[in-house]
Amino acid sequence: MSNIQTKTNVVIRFAGDSGDGIQLTGSQFTTAAALSGNDLATFPDFPAEIRAPAGTLAGVSGFQLHFGSTEIYSPGDLCDVLVVMNAAALKANLKQLKPGGIIIANLDGFDEKNLRLAKYAEGENPLNDKRLEDYLLHSMPITKLTRTALKDLGLSPREMDRSKNMFVLGFLYYMYNRPLEATIEDLQKKFAKKPGIAEANVRVLKAGYSFADTTEIQHGRFEVKAATMKPGTYRSIMGNQATAYGLVAASVKSKLPLFFATYPITPASEILHELSRYKNFGVITSQAEDEIAAVTSAIGASFGGSLGVTASAGPGIALKTEAIALAVMYELPLVICNVQRAGPSTGMPTKMEQGDLLQAIYGRNGEAPVAVVAASTPTDCFEVVFEACRLAVEFMTPVFFLSDGYLANGAEPWRFPKEADLGEINVRFATPDDKQNGTFLPYARDERLVRKWAVPGTPGLEHRIGGLEKEDLTGNISSDPDNHEKMVRLRQQKIDNIAKSVPAQSLDSGPESGDLLVLSWGSTYGVIKTALKQLRSEGVDVAHAHMRYLNPFPANIEELLRRYREVVVPENNAGQLVRLIRDKFLIPAIPHNKIKGQPFTVGEIKNKVWEILKES
Amino acid sequence: MSQTDTLPRQDDLPPSFTSQDLVTDQDVRWCPGCGDYSILKQVQKVLPEFGLKKEEIVFVSGIGCSSRFPYYMNTYGMHSIHGRAAAIATGLKITRPELSVWVISGDGDSLSIGGNHTIHLLRKNPDLNLLIFNNQIYGLTKGQFSPTSPQGKVTKSSPMGSVEHPFNPLALALGADASFIARSIDRDPAHLQAMIRRSHAHKGTSLLEVYQNCNVFNDGAFFTFTDRATKSDSVVVLEHGQPLLFGAERRKGIRMDGGGTPKIVDLDADGYAESDLWIHDEKDLFKASLLARFFDNPTEPGALPRPIGVFYAVERPCLEAMVHRQLTYAREKFGEGNLDKLIEGDSTWVIR
Ligand code: SF4
Repeated sequence: MSNIQTKTNVVIRFAGDSGDGIQLTGSQFTTAAALSGNDLATFPDFPAEIRAPAGTLAGVSGFQLHFGSTEIYSPGDLCDVLVVMNAAALKANLKQLKPGGIIIANLDGFDEKNLRLAKYAEGENPLNDKRLEDYLLHSMPITKLTRTALKDLGLSPREMDRSKNMFVLGFLYYMYNRPLEATIEDLQKKFAKKPGIAEANVRVLKAGYSFADTTEIQHGRFEVKAATMKPGTYRSIMGNQATAYGLVAASVKSKLPLFFATYPITPASEILHELSRYKNFGVITSQAEDEIAAVTSAIGASFGGSLGVTASAGPGIALKTEAIALAVMYELPLVICNVQRAGPSTGMPTKMEQGDLLQAIYGRNGEAPVAVVAASTPTDCFEVVFEACRLAVEFMTPVFFLSDGYLANGAEPWRFPKEADLGEINVRFATPDDKQNGTFLPYARDERLVRKWAVPGTPGLEHRIGGLEKEDLTGNISSDPDNHEKMVRLRQQKIDNIAKSVPAQSLDSGPESGDLLVLSWGSTYGVIKTALKQLRSEGVDVAHAHMRYLNPFPANIEELLRRYREVVVPENNAGQLVRLIRDKFLIPAIPHNKIKGQPFTVGEIKNKVWEILKES
Repeated sequence: MSQTDTLPRQDDLPPSFTSQDLVTDQDVRWCPGCGDYSILKQVQKVLPEFGLKKEEIVFVSGIGCSSRFPYYMNTYGMHSIHGRAAAIATGLKITRPELSVWVISGDGDSLSIGGNHTIHLLRKNPDLNLLIFNNQIYGLTKGQFSPTSPQGKVTKSSPMGSVEHPFNPLALALGADASFIARSIDRDPAHLQAMIRRSHAHKGTSLLEVYQNCNVFNDGAFFTFTDRATKSDSVVVLEHGQPLLFGAERRKGIRMDGGGTPKIVDLDADGYAESDLWIHDEKDLFKASLLARFFDNPTEPGALPRPIGVFYAVERPCLEAMVHRQLTYAREKFGEGNLDKLIEGDSTWVIR
């Protein structure tokens, strides 16, 4: 057990066919890292096609894990270790590997057929190629070794091959000096009803471990010590799951039954899958006939006094816009979750983008302001969607919750809160006492300009609401010119008033004033934080503010921005927040954009900062 | 006897409100002479009979002339966006099963822009009432052909006649597995009232198509069915268990011939007895399907009469009931949800 090098952090990328169990191997290793006390972040990179032909470049599925003994904010740029189950996986991912990095390759995935499918030239085998000399290559016939380990269990070759990911996992456990016990326990629990499968998986896991032990990889064993994380109880969670939990939490705290209606769409569907399992919380999920039915049925539920929520991605949100404007007119609570993906149109469904910010803020006919909040990390989805529900209910308005494909499927450790730690959500239902001189005014407002929620079943408050412009106070149909302008301004002012109910924008790190502020929102948070931390250790102290509230902006935002000579706004779009900043404050903020369906790398952020500092 | 058995039936309770209580302070804005007035009146007339409380009633509509309806009903109401009333009402009914929910729609609203929601509403079968005011025209946008306008219809948007084949709404509804379909006419108040009562009584989605005259843009579309001179020969009133009889003296009838084709017979001239005729059976899907296809142009010689009444009425489980049964079952099986447990999940670790 000598010769173990200590590392502060490691990035492993698993790649292979969708059928190779890449996501599963990745998450198993993630759990093992988490249980060893590492901080971590993950990013699955799904292929665009669900069932692309095996062995092809289009079918390559990836999973990247970054774990360490220091704080980890992003899944990492380039990887230290690349696991490839076939030739196509190597071809598609080699450029993601650091020079001198380690390759673990399944030799059985490099036969003639696989090489041809990966479009290597006749007679060319990358494993024998000079170019791989810069890397440390462990190649082994994983499929054969797996079958050998299982030969007496009476499984078909197909069934045996399903366990080959366990071989990789065992190999890595040895390499990173991780115990097998927790995973074995997990497998036995998971396959409790199929002991044969459990046995097969455990056997192959051990086979991989022993193979690493008996072959000469002593010069390549590593240890990543536990991170010094805030004391507390942790679990690992992905963004969509955290979103589902946040919605349930909001339902519990507000004592409003949750009605969640959606139409299946990538990458938002897991929220529906999660919530459909929480019926014992009184959660009603509805898989509607289309996106429009999803949002309108949520509005119907909201009229009835439920917490009405819908979720989708860009194309679905586009279909919902008319109904969202209706909810603006009704002044009813509605939460719209947009798990953004690369657009326009169908775009790249499995790839991330931040392209829908302006759609959320402006994408409706007429003057139809809504509140918009965005999550920054997978765990942040919990808090932010909870906040979206609070704002919707307390301000009787639609609220957009923005997440994206990167957060939705990314995982990180979560020091989860207790129910008692969560904030309050104050619901204000109208009661028969709200009648004034015998009549009920459904659009009477309080000092924040918020009306009360009058739900059917309350005697004496019978009233009609509609999408036609309404008379102030009574809600009756009105096309009076002065009334219309008044109502438009009232609805806008109500949304503006939200700024008084949210915390001031704070700095995430860096000096209180100075040369440069990096202003960001959404899932770019981790990468930017990592980049600025590295810059700081290199002697460049740059400020960072990350926005959760995108409409309305926190009240102090302009004052904050003006404390810096330059403001740069990195976004995974063609420049949307930067446009808002320039428009609202006439501040010449600098855009920094990446529109590749992939998050920024740390290097891309650092380079931009250097570039700006050099020029100014 | 359980306690519920000793309580008076809801329908036997004295009405808690009157028809007059249902009138709002809003001026009704339909064109004078519009068929919508009659439908509003009949609804206001029968609603107090149902033993409901006023605050338990919700009218939901889309867009169109018909969809102004909720503004004139002093109950809870939602006027919404074009075509979506069915989906809004579904969300409301699932979450508030105790409410009495009524969807008011037109042929454009529910069969064109909202067609998808209509078929899915019928398929899912929540316990609500869908009234489609079919005037075979777009009224609010001033006179374009609608999906129920007959082929050849000359309108502002079809100056040479519409080339489109129209929907047969009730046949469409049966194709979507509706559990209740009925038809009535604005100018037959007594029949319309009866159909509203039946719609309300049905457990499940009840679709009531009302032939409604738009006297401004499509005047007379249904006159053959309402004019004293032609009505008795062109309309057959369906009654469960009764033979299909029509004509001024009720001496004409419908008989199924050996090949399963409906034929008009004259009881006197052809020598048939009433018992030889087609006996209406609301539970018979096959018969209902044929009846829904009685869709001939009434002015053509030999046209089958157009049926009004309840074509089909069967009970099948309601959406909201099944949804709530699952909630109850989940609570029994897993206990009331515990947020702390949910968030914690089953795999945690502690950092000290
Ligand atoms: S346009 Fe036709 S349907 Fe509309 S209100 Fe006037 S008469 Fe009635």
